[in-house]
Amino acid sequence: MTHLDNELKQLRTDLLDMFELVLSQLDKSKQSLINLDKDLAREVLVNEKRVNSYELQIDRDCENILALFNPVAIDLRFLLAVLKINSNLERVGDIAESVCQFVMNFKLEPEKKLLEVSRLLEMFDVSREILKTVKDAFENEDTKLARSVFTKDETLDEININAHTIIAEYILNNNDRINQSLYTLSMIRKLERVGDQCKNIAEEIIFYIEAKVLKHKSFQQKQEIK
Amino acid sequence: MLLEDILAKSTKPIKHSNMFKIESKDVHLHYGTFHALKGINMSIEKNTVTALIGPSGCGKSTFLRLFNRMNDLIDDVKIEGQCLLDGKDIYSKEVKIDDLRKRVGMVFQKPNPFPKTIFENVAYGLRVNSITHKSFIEERVERSLKQAALWDEVKDKLKKSAMALSGGQQQRLCIARALAIEPSVILMDEPASALDPISTAKIEELIYELKSEFTIIIVTHNMQQAGRISDTTAFFYLGELVEIDSTKKIFTNPNDTRTQNYITGRFG
Repeated sequence: MTHLDNELKQLRTDLLDMFELVLSQLDKSKQSLINLDKDLAREVLVNEKRVNSYELQIDRDCENILALFNPVAIDLRFLLAVLKINSNLERVGDIAESVCQFVMNFKLEPEKKLLEVSRLLEMFDVSREILKTVKDAFENEDTKLARSVFTKDETLDEININAHTIIAEYILNNNDRINQSLYTLSMIRKLERVGDQCKNIAEEIIFYIEAKVLKHKSFQQKQEIK
Repeated sequence: MLLEDILAKSTKPIKHSNMFKIESKDVHLHYGTFHALKGINMSIEKNTVTALIGPSGCGKSTFLRLFNRMNDLIDDVKIEGQCLLDGKDIYSKEVKIDDLRKRVGMVFQKPNPFPKTIFENVAYGLRVNSITHKSFIEERVERSLKQAALWDEVKDKLKKSAMALSGGQQQRLCIARALAIEPSVILMDEPASALDPISTAKIEELIYELKSEFTIIIVTHNMQQAGRISDTTAFFYLGELVEIDSTKKIFTNPNDTRTQNYITGRFG
């Protein structure tokens, strides 16, 4: 194994660790919401600094490898993809942090009915599943798995589109829960972005492995480029 | 002889805009029993830089030397196929090697100035071509040194020995010497491999400037250099042309696994 191979391997390991950390942040933000566990929410807020540190370290490592090894072809595509995935992951970490900031503002435990009708918990589950999918796709260099994210993201879009009407109706019938309802709507909007970030990550994985650019292509076009 | 007459008799060939500047068609070359080039097909457009890359012994320098018939100097060489310059086979009997070498200049790995003055080094090609007009020679020497980005550094010491120049300056002097007879093609065999980074950067910048007037083929072992200066890159391996494509394509997404393994340093 060459020196460059070792550096790239370490970078891959660091990015996978960051994936794990962000997945765990998303899980904890969900749990802190369900149980109104402010200690857990606080833990997520503290851990966000670790996510940021990963981002800085991976950026620095990419910069060093680019400067010292002048990588080309698949190595160059890998580095470019890692740089962007790094940034996408950090934003997913920010979303988990935002959810926990809402949790910190909650006065009462979130009402079960609200969580159910808004499909917020489903949104958490689908976001997590998508994030786990892109992690596995990256780890196993599986572009078929990466492509599956484009379909899964549609569920998040659908929940997000309907959320406005559902929450408005809920507020009309539950005047005492206006703040909580608005927080719920905000969280849905945030989690919808997890899907977008994961789609970007999936596109980067496909770029790195197949050298195909799927950015700014429609769902239909993405399916056709194989 | 008037300057106009001299210019009219200039060795610069008529440019054929509708055809490739250089082509090789199914070229095979044997050194005795060793099959050094195996059916090479390549077309090179004029005013481009083509980099030939590949491990030592892959045939890239042999291929380069085909185009000014330097391989003819080696015993027991057998060449098959066609090498075309402006659509004409340079191995046909009508072609005189001296004429060919006026049209195809060459720069080698190690700077090889003659033990003469700077001026005489550049003027040498003109003198051996029987050009005697003093002001014409002076004009051409100055222009060639300017083209080779050396004029400002040597204009006050043209009568000094070329051997006193630095390695980078000597190499640019050799380029100026090649340019003086106005070739249309310049072959370069690792022209910067013996130079420091600053001299290398100057040569690379020079190659970039020269391509507007010349067609350049360069052999290099430096992948980054190939990436920086060439429009097209050709990868040779074991006497075969494995892949030729735009340099951007070769260095971001080559088609052949062997190319990828070579440029990423994972060969063999």
